[in-house]
Amino acid sequence: MKLTLQVWRQERADAPGSLQTYVVDDISPDESFLEMLDVLNERLEEKGERPIAFDHDCREGICGACSMMVNGQAHGPRTRTTTCQLHMREFDDGDVILIEPWRATAFPVIQDLMVDRFAFDRIIQAGGYISVNTGSAPEANLMMVPKDDADLAFDGATCIGCGACVAQCPNTAAQLYTAAKIGHLNLYPQGQPERDERTVGMVEQMESELFGSCSNFRECEAVCPKGISIDWIARMNRDYLKAKLKGVNRR
Amino acid sequence: MTWFSNLYQHAIVKKAIMAVSGLFFFGWLAGHLLGNLKVFQGADKFNAYAEFLRTMGTPLLPESGVLWLVRGLLTAAIILHIWSATSLTLLNRRARTSDYEKRQGLQLDYAARTMRWSGYLVAFYIVYHLMHLTWGNVHHDFIPGDPYANLVSGFQVVPIALVYIGANILLGFHLYHGLWSLFQSLGLAHPAYNPWRRHFAITFSIVMSLGFISIPVAVLTGVIS
Repeated sequence: MKLTLQVWRQERADAPGSLQTYVVDDISPDESFLEMLDVLNERLEEKGERPIAFDHDCREGICGACSMMVNGQAHGPRTRTTTCQLHMREFDDGDVILIEPWRATAFPVIQDLMVDRFAFDRIIQAGGYISVNTGSAPEANLMMVPKDDADLAFDGATCIGCGACVAQCPNTAAQLYTAAKIGHLNLYPQGQPERDERTVGMVEQMESELFGSCSNFRECEAVCPKGISIDWIARMNRDYLKAKLKGVNRR
Repeated sequence: MTWFSNLYQHAIVKKAIMAVSGLFFFGWLAGHLLGNLKVFQGADKFNAYAEFLRTMGTPLLPESGVLWLVRGLLTAAIILHIWSATSLTLLNRRARTSDYEKRQGLQLDYAARTMRWSGYLVAFYIVYHLMHLTWGNVHHDFIPGDPYANLVSGFQVVPIALVYIGANILLGFHLYHGLWSLFQSLGLAHPAYNPWRRHFAITFSIVMSLGFISIPVAVLTGVIS
């Protein structure tokens, strides 16, 4: 396959960036999107040019590191698929492919296609955990978890924190991520003691990271590689409004 | 007030306020439509209904008491609705200062995408509607105390009838996204009733939109004269 790539190139966080055009040929349809970029990078290095920086880690769709807008869609055209699991057979020979980094004030560009997603980690630090005393493990069946709750919590826990929801959102909102992270812990009996503090803490951290607000456009749900539903956002809104009406404030 | 201003700084609270004020508009619009459809029962019934709006609640309350209470609540709801929308829009602009070369819309429907514009236009329309049929200062032949005659002579001017028809189509779109969206904003979601939220929003907005449009259409076609 022969492809024309338009890639965002930016030297440093504070340097201006621009779209650069690269023509790559001899691409196999069985290569993944990231392997195609690897091929391009090898050729760039041979020519003595700086390779394109992009985030990647597991390359099997479970870590959430890969992050790029492909033709205006987070993780590219295939639904429920991360960029690393996207294969070149999804494209046609001669296609022009536009590749941009996630664009959000909260996710500043580090270089080229790499963005700083520490804002997500700070949201987790604001309450995305369950505090337990260390010591010997408790008896496994001491605390019963209803099967439906456990299944639902697992749906929320599949979030890999890639940031596609933020990237696609016309408002740049981080609701889907935050809601999934809050929601799965709020479903467990172990999550109940810290439920209100967790919800308020994480939502307000999200707000202070300069993410946008939710207009219920449902774009996040459409690009989420794990198919996380916007029902989680309603659940978070419910938990948050309840906690605020109870007068819970951020610690 | 400190309690409210502390709450109000949070985006989810603003969105909830938009939802609650929106819900109030929906209830009010349903009443407004029901009342206005009396125009099909003739001048006497319609004018009697207009009179009822003034005398409702008397003698317990002063004349026009309920009317002014509802007007006050509507004004407060509109201010909160627009204020919240403006503040959230500014927040969203700040959240992405350098934009994409291209970002595709995936599940974004027309109503959701044009919410801001339909909002502006509906706001202008409300002011115009008040000036036209309540205050009468842009009406060419306004007769105080005869709403039926004002309505008929107002809508016999074709461009004005078309403005009303267009505005109510926009209102329908705004209601559709708003009505569905407020369930999400207030945290009302459950697989058992999620599909019904859409059906409800579609049905309600179509009934409202067509109901209001039927009045200028009836005047233009001579059904009401």
